[in-house]
Amino acid sequence: MARSSIMPGFRPTIGFTVAYVCLVVLIPLSTLVFRSFQLSWDDYVHIITNQRVLSSFRVSFSTSLIAALVASFFGFIVAWVLVRYSFFGKRFFHALIDFPFALPTAVAGIVLATIFQPSGFLGKLLIDVFGVQVAFKPLGIVMALIFISIPFVVRTVEPVLLEFESSMEEAASSLGATRWQVFGKIIFPNVFPALLTGFALAFARGVGEYGSVIFIAGNLPYVSEIVPLLIVTKLEQFDIEGATAIALTMLVISFLLLLLINMLQYWVRKRSGQL
Amino acid sequence: MSILLSNISKKFGTFTALDNINLEIPEGELVALLGPSGCGKTTLLRIIAGLESTDQGRVLISGQDRTDHDVSQRGIGFVFQHYALFRHMTVFENVAFGLRVKPRRERPNNDFITKKVHALLELVQLDWLHDRYPDQLSGGQRQRIALARALAVEPSVLLLDEPFGALDASVRKDLRQWLRNLHHDLNVTSIFVTHDQEEAMEVASQVVVLNHGRIEQQGSPGDIYDHPANAFVSRFIGHTNIFDLEEHDADWLQTAGLPTANWQGKIAHVRPHDIVIEKSTSHSDAFVTLKDWQHLGSLIRIELVKSGSHGSAASVYAEMPNDQFRRLHLKKGDKVDLRIRHAHWFH
Amino acid sequence: MNAMTQPVSPAKLVERQPLALQDADWVRWSLIAIAVSFISLFICLPLGLVIFKAFSKGVAAYWAALSEPDALAAIKLTVLTALVTVPLNTVFGVAAAWAITRFEFKGKSLLTTLIDLPFSVSPVISGLIFVLVFGAEGWVGDWLIERDIKIIFAIPGIMLATLFITFPFVARQLIPLMQEMGNQEEEAALSLGASGWKTFWAVTVPNIKWALLYGVLLCNARAMGEFGAVSVVSGHIRGLTNTLPLHVEVNYNEYNIVGAFAGASILAALAVVTLILKTALEWRQANR
Repeated sequence: MARSSIMPGFRPTIGFTVAYVCLVVLIPLSTLVFRSFQLSWDDYVHIITNQRVLSSFRVSFSTSLIAALVASFFGFIVAWVLVRYSFFGKRFFHALIDFPFALPTAVAGIVLATIFQPSGFLGKLLIDVFGVQVAFKPLGIVMALIFISIPFVVRTVEPVLLEFESSMEEAASSLGATRWQVFGKIIFPNVFPALLTGFALAFARGVGEYGSVIFIAGNLPYVSEIVPLLIVTKLEQFDIEGATAIALTMLVISFLLLLLINMLQYWVRKRSGQL
Repeated sequence: MSILLSNISKKFGTFTALDNINLEIPEGELVALLGPSGCGKTTLLRIIAGLESTDQGRVLISGQDRTDHDVSQRGIGFVFQHYALFRHMTVFENVAFGLRVKPRRERPNNDFITKKVHALLELVQLDWLHDRYPDQLSGGQRQRIALARALAVEPSVLLLDEPFGALDASVRKDLRQWLRNLHHDLNVTSIFVTHDQEEAMEVASQVVVLNHGRIEQQGSPGDIYDHPANAFVSRFIGHTNIFDLEEHDADWLQTAGLPTANWQGKIAHVRPHDIVIEKSTSHSDAFVTLKDWQHLGSLIRIELVKSGSHGSAASVYAEMPNDQFRRLHLKKGDKVDLRIRHAHWFH
Repeated sequence: MNAMTQPVSPAKLVERQPLALQDADWVRWSLIAIAVSFISLFICLPLGLVIFKAFSKGVAAYWAALSEPDALAAIKLTVLTALVTVPLNTVFGVAAAWAITRFEFKGKSLLTTLIDLPFSVSPVISGLIFVLVFGAEGWVGDWLIERDIKIIFAIPGIMLATLFITFPFVARQLIPLMQEMGNQEEEAALSLGASGWKTFWAVTVPNIKWALLYGVLLCNARAMGEFGAVSVVSGHIRGLTNTLPLHVEVNYNEYNIVGAFAGASILAALAVVTLILKTALEWRQANR
């Protein structure tokens, strides 16, 4: 380790930081890995290829993907409207965007379950009008995940739209481009990497989400049971091995997906000359 | 194509950016809109382009009223101050953009686009950069790419917003000459905005001086320099000595050779090169002292101190060629005689 | 001269959209309509519902639900957890930000990644890892049982899980800010003879105080509201290891709707207060 400054306090701060990180994050997290190594490969495969486990992975990843896509679409519109247009109550809406961040997930869970349950305000409406039941179905999980995904998308897209050089749009217009062409060829390609980041954050959060989902999901094995819930169930049955194997698998898949999205983002930026 | 602006006014809130502007720009000219910052010159340029709406007044391009035409249908080429190159596109795609976004019926085929873009890039001498991205270019290169991009749609009018503003001094010098030559070759009516009077005088064939949203004067660079319409123009264009005349100034003006009739309450503007100095022979009469001088290349700027009748001192600047100054054999502190060849009078 | 008659400075008008950037009215209004209904549906409606449900059986029932012993115990535990974890993570955040932004050392990016790690770990896994360390079958489980120390299904476990979950908040706010600030001001203070501590309190703290407060605010909101991680390690012992979010869950599952939403209303109020303070702090930072 090298010091390159006259600033004082390197030893105490770095010492404390590293010790604290080890104690609170590194050691507990590495237990997960060590614990998994105690399992034989066959046992591990047996746990993971169990039909109920596979179903829960399918439910978790597919609902998170759909929710992140929907949140990206609407989040982009919300960010666009908040940055570009002025209308009554804009500041109020702007501040509200972070509400899903700030609201404890358990509260979000019971509120969404209450709204979307068949006797609930929106649940009844959706059944009467469209014949669609949301709560206690995978669709309910999607709804809960959209709720918690909104701020991720809006807050990553907003600053990029805000700092977007408006003269680029004017230049495109002056060259004869229609408003649609300006959006499609100039604005969107420049905002896309940020949108991708927001999507990735929303997706990663969605896969791990627990509190806001379990009340609305119905938690029916093979149908609407998510991975985090299965981990909790295994733990409650004192099946530590099962819980550990599933948890590690989920962690690895999430990291791989994030890596993939990071690479995709690198590729997009590179291709568009932003690197 | 000629441009005619009639009665253009524009307010931002309560701030008047443009106040009843009337301006006619004949075909093929290279016009500078010159003025201090906040004078409305950029707003005027953006109104001609259709990037800004007018509160009142019409914009006519080659006799046709284009006031209500959207910027994309005005047939203008606009070069932005910071170039506004599309940073996610290569240089080639930047220049091709205007051709690619044409409605399908008018859109040329790919071969044509490729040929045309390369021809334009050759015109601006940057064809070798065609597959680079804007972030990889220098300021001067970006500037020329922005120009090529604007020319690709064959605009009837070329508008440039502070075209040299963001460049290094040395690059700026080269580009000025280059733009003048390019305009000579293409002969497309061009308007550029600048706050730098030297730049306006050097590049433009016509200069329009603006201040506080009004046109102060329009004319050729020579016209404006030799016959400034008012005190603002005289002060803004080139260097000038300003004499706010009072009664006791009569004596030294007389000695300096200026006609003294009717000067009361007037202001005299004297260009430094209209002041001639000689080493004083009679020490008693001399009221001007040489304080210092600076080399400005081929010219010498001489700082003179004139002691007023009340003991107050004021600086006067004179300019003369190097060799002429050397022949005078002057030293700091020498008393000099001063003669004013010509002055502009304003109220 | 009053504010009304003062001319608008041209600089302020940058906010105004130039002609070429204006979208057609129908586009603008439909997009605004979509955005506003989306936010209303997904954000305003849930917020309204918490309040509506909490008071659905009247104010008296609301108060009764909150003053019941289990509810009070849950509130106490939640506050206690925040009181322990937030200061610890604040001190950590400041120390980490100082070390990372003021010095160059090997493994710096690894350290930054580790600090961000808890953000990308599912809350359930965050709880699980502490079970793996301290639980009956855990690493140090036997050792703890011999000495009769309870961590899992007890308050220390809740504290640890919360510590893990809220770990990055303060550091995350401070690192980019202190990076951007640079250390010139601090170097100036040191060159004028100020001691390290003096420099920190007189130069660094005034510059970072709003960001610090912001981080503490977010850290606190999460510490009080964490559900998944805490749920795994708590054991749900009523009146003992139930935090307020867990109390809400238990009541909801027992169809005690007023009890659940009364607890939820406190947490929602916490969220609203956090948002208001957060917005105020953002204004403050923007107008600094």
